[in-house]
Amino acid sequence: MSEVLVYVDHADGAVRKPTLELLTLARRIGDPVAVHLGSGVDAAAPVLAEHGAVRVLTADAAEFADYLVVPKVDALKAAYDAVQPAAVLLPSSVECKEIGARLAVRIGSGIITDAVDVEAGDGGTAQGEASGGGPVATQTVFAAAYTTRSRVSRGTPVITVKPNSAAPEAAPVESAVEQLTFGFGESAAGTKVVGRTPRESTGRPELTEAAIVVSGGRGVNGAENFHLIEELADSLGAAVGASRAAVDAGWYPHSHQVGQTGKTVSPQLYIAAGISGAIQHRAGMQTSKTIVAVNKDSEAPIFDLVDYGVVGDLFAVVPQLTGEVEARKG
Amino acid sequence: MSLRIVVCVKYVPDATGDRHFSDDLTTDREAVDGLLSELDEYAVEQALQISEDADDAEITVLTVGPEDARDALRKGLSMGADKAVHVEDDDLHGTDALGTSLVLAKAVEHVGYDLVVCGMASTDGTMGVLPAILAERLGVPQVTQLSTVAVADGKVTGRRDGDAASEQLEASLPAVVSVTDQSGEARYPSFKGIMAAKKKPVETLDLDDLGIDAEEVGLAGAWTKVEDATKRPPRTAGTIVKDEGEGGKQLAEFLAGQKFI
Ligand SMILES: Cc1cc2nc3c(=O)[nH]c(=O)nc-3n(C[C@H](O)[C@H](O)[C@H](O)COP(=O)(O)OP(=O)(O)OC[C@H]3O[C@@H](n4cnc5c(N)ncnc54)[C@H](O)[C@@H]3O)c2cc1C
Ligand SMILES: Nc1ncnc2c1ncn2[C@@H]1O[C@H](COP(=O)(O)O)[C@@H](O)[C@H]1O
Repeated sequence: MSEVLVYVDHADGAVRKPTLELLTLARRIGDPVAVHLGSGVDAAAPVLAEHGAVRVLTADAAEFADYLVVPKVDALKAAYDAVQPAAVLLPSSVECKEIGARLAVRIGSGIITDAVDVEAGDGGTAQGEASGGGPVATQTVFAAAYTTRSRVSRGTPVITVKPNSAAPEAAPVESAVEQLTFGFGESAAGTKVVGRTPRESTGRPELTEAAIVVSGGRGVNGAENFHLIEELADSLGAAVGASRAAVDAGWYPHSHQVGQTGKTVSPQLYIAAGISGAIQHRAGMQTSKTIVAVNKDSEAPIFDLVDYGVVGDLFAVVPQLTGEVEARKG
Repeated sequence: MSLRIVVCVKYVPDATGDRHFSDDLTTDREAVDGLLSELDEYAVEQALQISEDADDAEITVLTVGPEDARDALRKGLSMGADKAVHVEDDDLHGTDALGTSLVLAKAVEHVGYDLVVCGMASTDGTMGVLPAILAERLGVPQVTQLSTVAVADGKVTGRRDGDAASEQLEASLPAVVSVTDQSGEARYPSFKGIMAAKKKPVETLDLDDLGIDAEEVGLAGAWTKVEDATKRPPRTAGTIVKDEGEGGKQLAEFLAGQKFI
């Protein structure tokens, strides 16, 4: 069976959930070979093996942290050369998309970004074949108005996959960790990272990975009121999101923005409070399983999307809901 | 010496319109009015600010697109860019990211550049990968997804707010940058700017001018192929209640019924 490269997104060896989803999807196409760059492979390897990685290729070097993107492309290219995979899968983060895109140019392949599903396709694994056979990637486009199915028609498919696209399944295998040997190219040191401020952890689930997201918009009317959204989120074990209007007003950090220029979320449950539902916001949440909204304007477009909507003042409805959730938890 | 800035701008169907696919599964550019991608306005704005801080700078707006894409260039010129380049060729219809980046790379080299400025993503394709690909093709540093950007002493610096950390970046020119919608509101063209734009030069190039083989681009040359596109069914109408004092409780009841609590 041919092999599929899976790029591992992790923090010092703590493998992020989207990578486990990728391993699950990769197994539909071939045997997953994980590429782990940077520190922490000892912690990561057992988790990767548990989810079906038949091999873990690894490299650690100061360059990965000191320079932007390109050193990782060099390493991934080395893994590609060594494995000659049927496909390369990466998570759809900003950085991973850029890594995948540059790899695609180097290996003369097409790239599909932001897939929400990947299937093996009829011919299974047609490496380098013109269309037909290769994996089929499902995407939602035009602010989720359309669903498309696409293939890479030239070269080895490079596909980036959004978080929450599959449920990670355990598939334990015996797995060996192998060191990648390669040298950095001339362009690796092009863009220096001269400073780095890690994002502070909120203790809440990661927005893109959360099963439940509670978002607040302009209707929240001030940073000082966002605790209402946070309290509801905490009662449900949810992540907190915000509309761009709330972010632009400085009420909540941009890293929590949901929408076209923020994060795309696809949770089991999305609760929108004081959000009108502009197309750019919908682009980031429309594929959520269940959608709930609280808005005092019965004409707000968000109500076209909801499974359940309450026309009312969020300052009354949201705290009552939080109280009720807490009470039911007993 | 003059700082040569090229801003890559895309002409896209209005995102607030009802966007569709054509029969050949390319983006329908007829049904919905087109405009300069709003996210590329931020790129033009940052280029203007960089040029205002430089002793001497020249800004070229560059687009690859159909005849109407000239509107996007006009907008860039009215905002204050100095000249425009339009790559237009019937063989370009259906070109994907790898093909577009090939054309942009050749065009940028044709114009001559110290700095290429892109938007964070196009509002139709929303891939957000083109700036990285362009840097790879040009063999120059990529300084992408910036919420702040500045140029001084032959170097470009900026802040990239990533998922895990905020990074301060630095690279020598020439370089490719992309800026996000956090970089600062784009200016509106002034009346004077709109009038002045009419006199600014627009150069039109085709694939021959750039020495690109038609086989490398277009639908036939694309590296990816859309097999099918289906309109998502509208969501089934949900229950909507008016809060009469029990709205939060009713909502809790619904969520409990769905096993969320
Ligand atoms: C290129 C581009 C990219 C964009 N990207 C994004 C993006 O990524 N994410 C995003 O969200 N937006 C994005 N936008 C902006 C988008 O167009 C909207 O402006 C934005 O989503 C509006 O946010 P909002 O719904 O919070 O505010 P508004 O549209 O002002 O809506 C506020 C809502 O709150 C309701 N309300 C007010 N008070 C109360 C109350 N007490 N109780 C209950 N309801 C109340 C109102 O009835 C109203 O419906 C983008 C725009 C552009 C042009
Ligand atoms: N056809 C085009 N003409 C000019 N610039 C483009 C074109 N397509 C993409 N770009 C640039 O590349 C950026 C990212 O595009 P994308 O990767 O397609 O989302 C855009 O914001 C533009 O700056």
